Amino acid sequence: MLIYEIIMVAMTAIRANVLRAVLTTLGIIIGVAAVISVVAMGDGAQRRVQQQIQRMGTNVLTIRPGTGSFGGVRNFSQRLYVEDAEALKNESNGVLTVAPEASSGQQVTYSRYNAHFEILGTWPEYFQVYDHHLLVGRYFTEGELQGRRRVAVLGHNVMQDLGEIPPETMVGQTIQIRGLPFEVVGVLEEKGEAAFMRPDEEIFIPLSTAQYRVFGGRSRLSSIYVATPSPKELDQAYVEIDRIMRHRHKIRPGEDADFNIRNSADLLSTFNETNRTFTLLLGGIAGVSLLVGGIGIMNIMLVSVTERTREIGVRKALGATRGNILFQFMVESLSLCILGGLLGVAAGFGAASLITHLTTTQTFVAPAAVITALAFSAGVGLFFGIWPARRAASLDPIVALRYE
Amino acid sequence: MNDVIIRTEGLKKDYVLGAETVHAVRGVDLEIRRGEFVAVMGPSGSGKSTFMNMVGCLDTPTAGRYWLNGQLVSELTDDELARVRNKAIGFVFQTFNLLPRASALHNVELPLIYAGVGAKERRRRAEEKLQLVGLGDRMEHKPPEMSGGQRQRVAVARALVNEPALLLADEPTGNLDSTTSGEIMDQLAALNGEGQTILLVTHEHDIAEYAKRQVHLRDGVVEKDFLNQHAGAPA
Repeated sequence: MLIYEIIMVAMTAIRANVLRAVLTTLGIIIGVAAVISVVAMGDGAQRRVQQQIQRMGTNVLTIRPGTGSFGGVRNFSQRLYVEDAEALKNESNGVLTVAPEASSGQQVTYSRYNAHFEILGTWPEYFQVYDHHLLVGRYFTEGELQGRRRVAVLGHNVMQDLGEIPPETMVGQTIQIRGLPFEVVGVLEEKGEAAFMRPDEEIFIPLSTAQYRVFGGRSRLSSIYVATPSPKELDQAYVEIDRIMRHRHKIRPGEDADFNIRNSADLLSTFNETNRTFTLLLGGIAGVSLLVGGIGIMNIMLVSVTERTREIGVRKALGATRGNILFQFMVESLSLCILGGLLGVAAGFGAASLITHLTTTQTFVAPAAVITALAFSAGVGLFFGIWPARRAASLDPIVALRYE
Repeated sequence: MNDVIIRTEGLKKDYVLGAETVHAVRGVDLEIRRGEFVAVMGPSGSGKSTFMNMVGCLDTPTAGRYWLNGQLVSELTDDELARVRNKAIGFVFQTFNLLPRASALHNVELPLIYAGVGAKERRRRAEEKLQLVGLGDRMEHKPPEMSGGQRQRVAVARALVNEPALLLADEPTGNLDSTTSGEIMDQLAALNGEGQTILLVTHEHDIAEYAKRQVHLRDGVVEKDFLNQHAGAPA
């Protein structure tokens, strides 16, 4: 009963000066909004990368050329060869699905339209490794790979830049890649963005065709992808690949390899680590503004106690105990901070959705971030409210009643 | 002896001001019985305010003992004193000391809030006391919208709302013109007529005339203590 009354008294005091209350809590509002939106951006980015990596497949290892050293001189032009891919395929007894990739940006024309696309030369296994599905038509075959045939499989969105032709009607049509005619044999289903790749906007052709007819010369591979039957075999596959590749590149055990083997989990954890650091850093800055906001609250509460010395004296003379007065002012500062926290959460939501609308950055406001921010601002209210409230509670009623 | 509302024995209060010790009250023995209307008088520096603060349980004596309504209050803690003030004493101040932003009704309810009385009962009792002081039609007004006399009547209603054993009026007419002063003093005299024990502090002789008994303080001790011939003997 009494507690309820005292809470009402505190609320009335805040309501009596709404503008001051809002200005006072501005620090908290900005602090909480900053925490919420920063963490929302971090979480959004993390979710996006997780989705992409899941789409890319969690059972895929990526081999890329690395840097090697020869006689103490670092050599940056290390290469991956088709023979490497073939060796991986043959020596793993068919457990591993291997797909080498050579890619290059090329001019593509269809009818009177032309656009620039990433052309990916690869093996038919590629579609299996990345779990692509056909919208229409077929993949190119092993035979077409052997015969260096000019056939192409289009990513789902390729035709958007080539006259907005419905992709379903493209099978059997001829497009020109770097001036060479290619027959479209299939169009892929929409895949969405996968980590660092946009398969929907790529054109897939046989690797041999790419190397000998399009890119010119025996161009190097950009990567070799290896898929295991399930994520469980990744570790074993890693060891196997490392052994085969070292043997082929004549690298002794203990020496630095001239290639990198990465799996999607590595990418994810690297990204998460970077992301976490940034979130912590920005969250820390936001936290500092919360602290500054708290000092603002303390300042205004001290002013409020001084202003209301007379009121405190009256309340004490009429029977308010120290505890009653302490509680009244604690409720006031706590309410200010929670009010600020709630407004800040609202502003944070607003900022996060604005960021999503105006930029391509995804945001995700985690309930945990909201709860943490609110709890933190309540803590700020308690911590910075206690001194002013104690000052109010310990006022001598005789002195307080005479205060002008 | 439960007819005795106030009893002090050798009540003393010293203040330390820098290197000096000021003996504000030097040993006051006083007894006030139920239904009395006593005016405490004295020039400034007589220790009258200090004495009032101790009687009002706003301050504790350096030495001596003080019983209020049979309870030894000179040895209570701050929070216990707050409870005594709440239940047993009703204050009327020179400067009214109302909460300016609260309605008359809320001001009168204030002591009941700290007494833990429920909202309905609080409102009923506050309305009753406001009607008693003739402000039944002003209950929702705030102090700045009222005249000095009306404000002081709100303060009287507030002092009475918890049915205190003692009404303590500290220069209640100090901020009022003579007509209004008369009205307030008539009100207090009427309350006393109904049995309310009143202790009045004033330095004005014509105000003190309303009381039935006068106690004069000088230099921290009781100088004179006599019954008013005009007002008659104590009840």
